Amino acid sequence: MTMAKPLVAETAVRAEDSDAVITVRGLHKVYGNSTVALDNIDLSFMRGHLTSLLGPSGCGKTTLLKIIAGLLKPTSGEVLVNGKPVRGPGPERAFVFQDFALMPWATVLRNAAFGLEVRGAPKAEREDRARHYINEVGLAGFEDKYPHELSGGMRQRVGLARALAVDADVLLMDEPFSAVDEQTRRKFQEDLIRLREVENKTFILVTHSIEEAVYLSDRIVLLSPRPGRVADIMEPDIDRNVDPDLIRREPAYLDLIDDIWRGLRHYVE
Amino acid sequence: MPSMHTGTADPGLSEGPLGGALSRFASMPVVWRILSLAIFFTVWEIAGRSNFNWAFPSFSKTLMAFFEMLGDGSLGAAYLRTIEPLGIGLVIALGVGISAGVMMGLRRDVEWLGLPIFITMQAAPMAALIPLVTYVYGIGLTSKVLAVVMLAMPVITINSYKAVRNVPASAVDMCKSFMGTRRQQVFKIILPAASPMMFAGIRLGVAEGFSGVVLAELLITPTGIGDLITFNRSIAQYPHMYAVITSIVVFAVVAVTLLHRLEMTLFRPEKRGT
Repeated sequence: MTMAKPLVAETAVRAEDSDAVITVRGLHKVYGNSTVALDNIDLSFMRGHLTSLLGPSGCGKTTLLKIIAGLLKPTSGEVLVNGKPVRGPGPERAFVFQDFALMPWATVLRNAAFGLEVRGAPKAEREDRARHYINEVGLAGFEDKYPHELSGGMRQRVGLARALAVDADVLLMDEPFSAVDEQTRRKFQEDLIRLREVENKTFILVTHSIEEAVYLSDRIVLLSPRPGRVADIMEPDIDRNVDPDLIRREPAYLDLIDDIWRGLRHYVE
Repeated sequence: MPSMHTGTADPGLSEGPLGGALSRFASMPVVWRILSLAIFFTVWEIAGRSNFNWAFPSFSKTLMAFFEMLGDGSLGAAYLRTIEPLGIGLVIALGVGISAGVMMGLRRDVEWLGLPIFITMQAAPMAALIPLVTYVYGIGLTSKVLAVVMLAMPVITINSYKAVRNVPASAVDMCKSFMGTRRQQVFKIILPAASPMMFAGIRLGVAEGFSGVVLAELLITPTGIGDLITFNRSIAQYPHMYAVITSIVVFAVVAVTLLHRLEMTLFRPEKRGT
């Protein structure tokens, strides 16, 4: 593989550990008595990077993300956030949901401020912060609208603003663009690259789209299905400081998509 | 479009058949509403005058009988009597029914204990149990209150239970992910998300409560509205009888409509003014 640097060197692993926000160690997850969703997962997620968990359906990528979020308990193994073991959700992590999980009875402003509301922030302060992030995700002027008045893409922007507003170190995104139409998704992906330049955050993105993973990620973790295991790890060597359309025409981008597809193909057939 | 299933996408489904129909009726232009009522009363008037049945009075005679009873105070007095068991019964049915339903939705152990009882209550023809209630509690207020509770409570409970169960898991996960406590999950997410379906049950329950109180007043002892209906039938004052029946129907419809309004104001800000 020429376009992706394989991660084999011992030194690389150690250097990475010191700068890891999240470390996953020996993680197993068994549903019921027999369904093995995750089998011995060891991973580190580096600060400031965007890592994609990519794989066909049933590979346990969402399960892994929810365990990292503290929404699910692993059968065995542990997750460390900034060196401390995870016991449940925490202030250093924020989740972006596939189905947006907005409150239909609340305005965009209240939805975006909800994470802060739950944490007991004063109304004026949380609304100030929410307004700032609503603006940042490009929804200025929609503060007083209700979710049903927005398109799918705009709803997910509210979900993103809500996650950004709590100022977590890590954003966990569970197929955030899968319920959004293709055109909106592309725009959203471009905006996410731009957002990363402003917000110094670590992103973990679950996706089943190879193109999306390659387009966005510093690092791609390929998971194989049943039982979910780490099949491969790649680091796309793509310069994202150029015109977003140019990225999609770059040979490095296109070749890596082919490589990954070749790797995943036999799981699908 | 996969979004939260809490009611923005399909108002008809989330509000139940009654709520959907009510909002449709409420959103019709006033002219149409008046016109549809006018047509109904005209047909009634013509049917009454055609003398197809000597016990069927025309609309105008019924209306006159209504004002006569309103004037001599008999209608008002009857309503005051009827409202007592209805009010007490509904307060009990709502209080116990909603709490039981919500608890069943939130806790497995309560669900295991309570669900069989309420499923049986909902399926059983409760009116058939009214003689039994009379046998135990006599013919006083208690029996009538119980009749209202027995008819109103099952549907309220079952709907509250289902409403809580239908709250999307991702909405609760969302609250958890921002470190919401169980209390916050219940009060900030589960109850507001459950409110449309819960209110559908409450509207049906209140309508059932009206049946309960009239049944009690017809089957147990004639008091209030039930008495007025029975009495006017026995002395063949059919316009009066029809006036009483129509008035209780209108009263029930108005009560249920007001409840719908209350729900919109309290829980559905996104539906107001749209």
